[in-house]
Amino acid sequence: MFVEFGHFALSLALMIAAVQAVVPLIGAHKGWRGWMAVAAPAATAQFICIALSFAALTWAFVTSDFSLRIVVENSHTLKPMLYKVSGVWGNHEGSMLLWVLILSGFGATAAWFGGALPERLKARVLSVQAMIGVAFLAFILFTSNPFVRLAEPPFDGQDLNPLLQDPGLAFHPPFLYLGYVGLSMAFSFAVAALIEGRVDAAWARWVRPWTLAAWMFLTVGIALGSWWAYYELGWGGFWFWDPVENASFMPWLVAAALLHSATVVEKREALKSWTILLAILAFGFSLIGTFIVRSGIITSVHAFANDPERGIFILAILAVFIGGALTLYAARAGSMEAKGVFGVVSRETALVLNNVLLSVAAFVVFVGTLWPLIAEMAFARKLSVGAPFFNQAFTPFMVLLAVILPVGALMPWKRAKLGRTLRELRGAFALALAFGALAFAVQTGRSALAPVGVALGVWLIAGAATELWVRSARTPSRLMRLPRADWGKAAAHSGLGITFIGIACLMAWDVEDIRVAQVGESFEVGGYTITLAGVDEVEGPNFLSTTATMRVARDGREVAVLHPEKRVYPVAAMPTTEAAIANGLWRDIYLVIGDPQDGGGWAVRTYIKPFANWIWAGAIIMAFGGVLSLSDRRYRVAAGARKAPALAQPAE
Amino acid sequence: MRQLAFLLLLSLAAPAGAVQPDEMLADPGLEARARALSQGLRCLVCRNENIDESNADLARDLRLLVRERLVAGDTDAEVIAYLVDRYGEYVLLNPPATGSNLILWVAGPALLVVGLGGAAVYLRRRRNATEVAAQPLSEDERTRLAELLKE
Repeated sequence: MFVEFGHFALSLALMIAAVQAVVPLIGAHKGWRGWMAVAAPAATAQFICIALSFAALTWAFVTSDFSLRIVVENSHTLKPMLYKVSGVWGNHEGSMLLWVLILSGFGATAAWFGGALPERLKARVLSVQAMIGVAFLAFILFTSNPFVRLAEPPFDGQDLNPLLQDPGLAFHPPFLYLGYVGLSMAFSFAVAALIEGRVDAAWARWVRPWTLAAWMFLTVGIALGSWWAYYELGWGGFWFWDPVENASFMPWLVAAALLHSATVVEKREALKSWTILLAILAFGFSLIGTFIVRSGIITSVHAFANDPERGIFILAILAVFIGGALTLYAARAGSMEAKGVFGVVSRETALVLNNVLLSVAAFVVFVGTLWPLIAEMAFARKLSVGAPFFNQAFTPFMVLLAVILPVGALMPWKRAKLGRTLRELRGAFALALAFGALAFAVQTGRSALAPVGVALGVWLIAGAATELWVRSARTPSRLMRLPRADWGKAAAHSGLGITFIGIACLMAWDVEDIRVAQVGESFEVGGYTITLAGVDEVEGPNFLSTTATMRVARDGREVAVLHPEKRVYPVAAMPTTEAAIANGLWRDIYLVIGDPQDGGGWAVRTYIKPFANWIWAGAIIMAFGGVLSLSDRRYRVAAGARKAPALAQPAE
Repeated sequence: MRQLAFLLLLSLAAPAGAVQPDEMLADPGLEARARALSQGLRCLVCRNENIDESNADLARDLRLLVRERLVAGDTDAEVIAYLVDRYGEYVLLNPPATGSNLILWVAGPALLVVGLGGAAVYLRRRRNATEVAAQPLSEDERTRLAELLKE
C-alpha cells in the first residue's frame, strides 16, 4: 500500500515539475505575475511529493518488504538497521530517487529563501530547476523505477554488496549528491540570467551562496569517499584516479573556479560571461560524472550500479541541457559587458590565473579519464590511463596554484604593487622554506615530494595567517572583528595547505611490511613493535569473521590493540577484508590480516602511514571555511533583505 | 556442523590478497624494483587496479612474472617491454607519450597556453577600458529604493 502510494507520489511529482517548468517561464516572458507565482508553491509541492515517495521506499527497506524487486536485490532481514536505511541509496534506482529528492530540495529552498529575488529571475530559476527535475523524474519512472513489484516474493533478500555495508555508505553518497545536485542551482541561475540577458553584482551575490553550499557538500562528500577508500582494502587507497573519483573531482575543481570568478562578478562586475560558462560547465561535469558512473562506459572499482541502456538516457539528458545551455550562451554571452577596470597586477588578475589553472586542471582530468575511450574509438589503441599519468600531468597545476595563491589573496582589488605584497609575505615564505628544509632533513635520499609538499602547505597556511594579520591592520583586537568571509577564506586556504602536507607526507613516507607471523610472534615496523596475540573466529549479525588481535607497542609502552578482520558474508557468498587502524595526528598504524599459511602462521600486512589524517582534516577545514563564509552578514543581508534594514557594506 | 559450514565458506572464498609473503624476493633491492614496477602495471581482469594491490589470481601471476624477469637479470625497461609484447600497451597504467598519445600529454599544457593567452588579451582590454559611467536609477528602481529606505 505504502509502496503504491510512493509510486503515485513520484508520478505526481513529475506532473508538478512539468507545470513548474512551463508556466512560470511563460509568465516571466509575458510579465504575468499570477503565472510567475506558480513557481514557488509548485517547487514546494514537488519536493513534498518526492519526499513522500522516498519515505515510502525507505519504509519498504526498513520493513524488508520483499515484494519489491530492489529490496530483494539489495537487502536481507538480518542486515543491521543502519544498512537497511542506507541500502535505500546503495543501488541504482534508490540513489536516483535520492538525487531527485535533493534536486527538488534545492528548488524548494530557493523558493523559500529567495524572497528577495526579483520575481522574474526567481520564476525563471525555478522553472529551469524544474526542467532538470522533469528529465530525471522521467528517467526514474521510465527506466529505473524503484517501485517494481515481484509477482512471487521470496522469503528473504539477496543482501547488499558487503563492501557497501559500511557507515561510509550512510554519509558519503548523500553528501556527494548534495554537492553534485547543488550545482544545478548555479546552472539554473546561469540559464535564467542568459534568458534575462543580464548579469550584475546582485546576481553574483545570489548565486554565490548556492555554489558555495554545493562546493562545501562536494568537498565533504569527496573527503568521506576518500577516507572510505583509504580504510576499505582493494579500493586503491585514499585516491587513485579512478574514473568515478575523477567524476566527482572535475565538478569540484570547476565549482572552486566558479566560486572565485563569482567573487569578481560580485565585487568588480567583470568576468561575467566566463562565470556563466563555468556555472554551466560545473553542472555539466556533474552530469558527465553521473553518466560515467551509471553507464559503465569506463570501468571503475567504485561503480556499483551500471547499465548501458540507462547510460544512453543520461547522455540524452546531458546533451539536451548542456547543449541547450551552451547554445543559449553562444547567442547571449556577447551582451554581457564587463564594467570594472583594473590593472594587470591586481586581485582580479590573480583570480583570472586561479580560474585558468583550475579549469586546465579539470580539463587534464577530463581528457585523462576519457582518453582510453577516445584512443580506442579514434586510434584503435587499447590502453589504460592510471594514477602515474595523473600524478605527473595534474600535480604541476596544483603546485603553480599553491605558489601564487597567498600572493593573489593578499593583493588589493583594481591595482596592486607586487613588491609590497611580496614584502608582506616574507615571513610566510621564510617559514615555508624552513619547514621544507626540515622535511628534507628528516628523510634521507628520497624524492623531492615531501619537502616540496610541506613547503607549499606551510606557505598556504602562513600566507592565510598573514592575510588575516594584514587585514586586521596588525592589531590583535581587530582580528575578531574581521568579516566572517575573511575568516572563511583563510580557513579554506589553510585547509588546502593541510591537505597538501598530508598527501605529500603520506605518499613520500609510507612504510610497509608484509610477512608471515606466527601467533604470539612480535616484529618491528617503523619503530613500532607489533605482536600477533591471537586469531579467533567470530560470528557477526550477517557475516562470519576471522578476527586477529594485534598489540602495537612503542618503546615498551602499549599504543593500541587492533582487530583486523577477514569476513565472509554467506548470503552474498563474498569475502571482505577489514583493516584495523589506530588513528593518530602524526601517523596511522594500519593492520591487515591475510590468509593462513601452509607452514602455520598468518600473512600480515603492516603500514605506517604518516600524516594520513591531515588529508581529510584539511578537506573538512576547507568545508568549514565555506560555512564561515556562508554565515557572513552580507549573504544574510542578501537573503533576508526584506526584513533587514539596508546596511552599508563595509569597504574592503 | 556450524564449524564445518564456516570452514567451507572460508575455503570457498579465500581471496588471494595483494602481494603475499611467499611471492617476495629475498633480495630487498630487487623486491623494491618489483614493487615499483608493479604499481605501474594494470591487472588486466580488474577494474583499473594495479597488480600490486589487486587480489586477482592473474595479478598474482603477473607479479610472479615480473619477479621472475628481474631475477633473470632484466632491466626495468626490459621487464616492461616483455609484458607489453605479451599483453599490449593496455597493461601500462602510464600511457607512453608516443603517437596519438602525444595528444593526451600535450592537451593540458596546450590548454594552459591558450588560457593564459586569452587571459592576457582580456586583462589588457580591462586595463585600457574606461569605467562605464554609473547609470541613473530607473523609475522602478527609485520606487524600490524609497520602499527599502522607509522600512
